[in-house]
Amino acid sequence: MKKFLRNKIDLIKRNFQKGEKFEKFAPALNAFDTLLFVPNHTTQKGSHIRDAVDLKRTMVTVIIALIPALIYGIYNTGYQYYIQIGESFTFLDAFYHGSLKIIPMIIVSYIVGLGIEFAFAVYRGHEVNEGYLVTGLLIPMIMPVDIPLWMVAISVAFAVLIAKEAFGGTGMNILNPALTARAFAFFAYPIYMSGNKVWVSEASNVDSISGETILGYLAAGQNIDYSVMDMFMGSIPGSIAETSTFWVIIGALILILTGVGSWRIIVSGILGGAFMGFVFNLFSLNPLMEFSWINHLIVGGFAFGIVFMATDPVSAAQTNKGKWIYGFLVGVFCIMIRVFNPAYPEGVMLAILLMNVFAPTIDHYVVNANIKRRKKRWSEENLIKTD
Amino acid sequence: MKLTKSIRIKKGATLKILGEASKILKKNILPSIFSIKPTDFFGLIPKLIVKEGDKVKIGTPLFYSKENPDIVIVSPISGSIKSIVRGPKRKILELIIDSDNKNFKIKHDITFRENEIIESQKIKNLLLTSGCWPFLKQRPYGVIANPNVSPKAIFISTIDKAPLGVDYDFILKSRIDDFQSGVNVLKKMFDGDIFLGIDKNYPGFFKSIEKVKIYDVQGPHPSGDVSFHINKISPINPGEKIWTINPEDVSNIGSFFKTGYYSPKRTIAIAGSVVKEAKYYETIIGSKLKIFLKDSKVDNNIQVRCINGNVLNGKIESIDGFIGYFNNLVTIIPEGNDYRMFGWLPFVDNKILSLSNTSLSWLFNRNGSEVNSSLNGEERAIVVTGEMENVFPMDIYPMQLIKACLASDIEKMEGLGIYEVIPEDFGLIDFSNTSKIEAQEIIREGIELMIKEVG
Repeated sequence: MKKFLRNKIDLIKRNFQKGEKFEKFAPALNAFDTLLFVPNHTTQKGSHIRDAVDLKRTMVTVIIALIPALIYGIYNTGYQYYIQIGESFTFLDAFYHGSLKIIPMIIVSYIVGLGIEFAFAVYRGHEVNEGYLVTGLLIPMIMPVDIPLWMVAISVAFAVLIAKEAFGGTGMNILNPALTARAFAFFAYPIYMSGNKVWVSEASNVDSISGETILGYLAAGQNIDYSVMDMFMGSIPGSIAETSTFWVIIGALILILTGVGSWRIIVSGILGGAFMGFVFNLFSLNPLMEFSWINHLIVGGFAFGIVFMATDPVSAAQTNKGKWIYGFLVGVFCIMIRVFNPAYPEGVMLAILLMNVFAPTIDHYVVNANIKRRKKRWSEENLIKTD
Repeated sequence: MKLTKSIRIKKGATLKILGEASKILKKNILPSIFSIKPTDFFGLIPKLIVKEGDKVKIGTPLFYSKENPDIVIVSPISGSIKSIVRGPKRKILELIIDSDNKNFKIKHDITFRENEIIESQKIKNLLLTSGCWPFLKQRPYGVIANPNVSPKAIFISTIDKAPLGVDYDFILKSRIDDFQSGVNVLKKMFDGDIFLGIDKNYPGFFKSIEKVKIYDVQGPHPSGDVSFHINKISPINPGEKIWTINPEDVSNIGSFFKTGYYSPKRTIAIAGSVVKEAKYYETIIGSKLKIFLKDSKVDNNIQVRCINGNVLNGKIESIDGFIGYFNNLVTIIPEGNDYRMFGWLPFVDNKILSLSNTSLSWLFNRNGSEVNSSLNGEERAIVVTGEMENVFPMDIYPMQLIKACLASDIEKMEGLGIYEVIPEDFGLIDFSNTSKIEAQEIIREGIELMIKEVG
């Protein structure tokens, strides 16, 4: 079976070799080939043996970590819908309803995003990078459930073109592409991205449904009737996969145990959020400030953002010291924007994008400290010599 | 024994791979054909002294350094120059020498008169004319030592923690006297300190060596690499030089000053998973490999790769090739040019060595793993951060330094510590990084740029 498949692929590949008809499209074919087989490349320079890990494995690990939150998000979409219209339902009903909404979004996101990635790979003559496998799944997971598919498509195109390829492709981008997609949709189509009619499936069509998020209620000065357990387990309205802190923690554990996600960013992010929440609790001037710092950590997109978006290694700080500072500030700004920005009571998207912009600056100072330490040593030892 | 310093290194990883050489030393196997490669000397531009067909003795100069004509590389064997192999742009790749089995040697006068200053100058001259000088390497950059500078220290590391690393105590215990007299000679030649690094858990006879400052080291690979010792004991500042030398070459120098004859002894371990009887051989620099591969029963049913050195930073050598100038280890591993279906899934193919937690390699490879030359993926942009720092026990940001080298930003390379590293220090980074970046190659090109622009 394996051999048969291998021979078939090698046969097709002949037409894509150098000097052949489809030479230019080789990266596209290679992307499919390497999805089936780890290629037979051997080391030519440098170390003769290499680790089993590669970028594909790393990215697939992130996807595995996302799946618990995604499955819960699909279920919760159906759950919120049936609860609001008051029908009785089973787990499968809810899951089915959610799937009908979310699977098309994922398909659109992958088709548009990978299409652009493939086009750039062919145009630039490099291999297709795996980064979009994660981005493409993240984008639907952080959108409101009822956003039209064409908006998903345009947001994806904007994110991949402007946030990623314009900077040179995978590994070069400043901003997290998935959050850029969301930010684009947020500013381009605000009525589909905020308010109290977007967070529950069909809310805009069925009058009896009104799904405001908890932060939305708090920003409007209203009381909330969800228990802490609801908030933690995620049976609350919100963007598709962000609601369940529990399943996000499962994902976080996968990321941390496999070493794929930076525990430093996750831990410092939580510390930063808790610190800022605690400080606001001390003043308690409005419902959002009164909202306990523990609850701040488990509602909205905070947990999801810290675990899956802030840890994006390309757009985060790259030095270990820098990661502590970066993560802490993401947490601080997230809660600060929540409390001080009445128009939009969720701060995590803007907090992470803001810190994405500052991450290179943080790294610059951390690395420069190292350079200065070395230069100081140079001048000190030279002083000793002249004495 | 009084320790100067104890170095404890935590970052890094000891890669346990199959095929370690057992402590059996086989002597008196001598091939009839030898080779000296100018490319073994980083940064050297060779100028030939001999031509094809010339008769040479042990110690006859073959070529000299264009930059410093005093530095000559000599023949390890007596016989005749069979051929001079050239590559593109007529670059000299190797000189092949046929042995005549007669052991004609060049004798040097090693008697000393009283005067101290003249003595140090005479030692230097003897090292240069005898061909022993190229054993000394110089930091920064890891080039052949410049005889016109005085280094602030000489470092000798007797620890090899690299995969299948050799045991210098075993290699040299029959040459303790030579080692001590080599140290004595170096000590007489310059007025700095000689630092000798020993393994904390396995110091061997080196702990009894005199006239050196002994420090001990513990920790995983690359804790045996001398760059990391220099960094902890006497970090290099601009303008400063440090010399390093391999333990066996200290003995070779000692042996020269006892007899007056150039000593090109090289003890090598033939090791690796495809070597059935991996062991040590006492031979001569530049020996043809074949006879040793046959004797150690290398599996010749599969396609193998010969490496002069260890799997992390050795040089590829053809199976019909020769032993390199400096290495005490020849590693033979299978080529890894197979396709693996869905091999990119996490926790799949756990038999493949991995430092990443996306594999259960640590569980499946407790007794050592069988490695091959597969790239296990394709080269990608640098995405994952923090992994390089985990295997680089120096106060240097390796990824930033690599990027500075890629950008040819000399000022930044200086600031980030290019003077303190050689390409070999990045072997583990090459191995473990997710994006399959060729870190050693990038650093090598960076250092070449530094030599060209700064000197």
